[in-house]
Amino acid sequence: MLNPDLVGRTIVGVSSTQISEEAIAIFASALGHHGHTAADAAPPTFGITLTLSESQTLLQGSGLDWNRVVHGDQRFEIFQPLYAGMILSCNCTVESARAVAGNEIVTVRSDLISEEQTVVSSWSTLVFRG
Amino acid sequence: MTTHPLGQDFAVGQGLPAKVFIINRESLIRYANASGDQNPIHQDEAFAKSVGLENVIAHGMFTMGLVGHYVSQIAGGNSQVREFSARFIKPVIVPAERDVELKVHATVVEIHSETIRLEITATCEHTKVLGMAKALIGVIHQ
Repeated sequence: MLNPDLVGRTIVGVSSTQISEEAIAIFASALGHHGHTAADAAPPTFGITLTLSESQTLLQGSGLDWNRVVHGDQRFEIFQPLYAGMILSCNCTVESARAVAGNEIVTVRSDLISEEQTVVSSWSTLVFRG
Repeated sequence: MTTHPLGQDFAVGQGLPAKVFIINRESLIRYANASGDQNPIHQDEAFAKSVGLENVIAHGMFTMGLVGHYVSQIAGGNSQVREFSARFIKPVIVPAERDVELKVHATVVEIHSETIRLEITATCEHTKVLGMAKALIGVIHQ
């Protein structure tokens, strides 16, 4: 059971990551998009490579078993597309948590920040199977 | 009618050309390495079965990523995708010995002055695997 105190808790990313051209190209290629160039924006789901590990950090120590997690749903709002060379930090917040039929359903919002602007907001709903 | 960067015209209710993606164990490993999501349920059959799954399943974000590639192509590039969302309603089961086909198809549901909203269906062996899949893409008036 998730500690109710976690709801509303935000972790502000202290470290930042510079997106490499190679990381975007490998990600695009894994989705069947070959020939990605530095002039191309990252695929719309690329942000997940940065937000999922932050969400995991946020939920560490929550008592939830990461081995029993299933992705329930996912949403991205892209205010500025991601490009190689951008330096991003990630702020994560537990927006909600509820128990349904023995499962714990947690929604984490992650904001990717570049030069003090939110460039991508992402919502991941994770189902921890009971 | 609204013209988009590739020169196609869109109308509400219009179905866009479908696309089929091939998923297999190799493509799951490539995605795991590219995304950093090394959860063994996406690679290790014995592990997947030990946690009650029928077999190895694709990462939900892999399926969504393939759909995102389809949406980007319709939009005329990754930079034109403004919103993208989906619910993972059924797992994509990936046996060791053969490819699985993911069929993706979009319908135009709204046209605004600068954007178009699409609803997307994604099916695997006649089973819908994504629910409520939607994207908002930018359009350029010519």
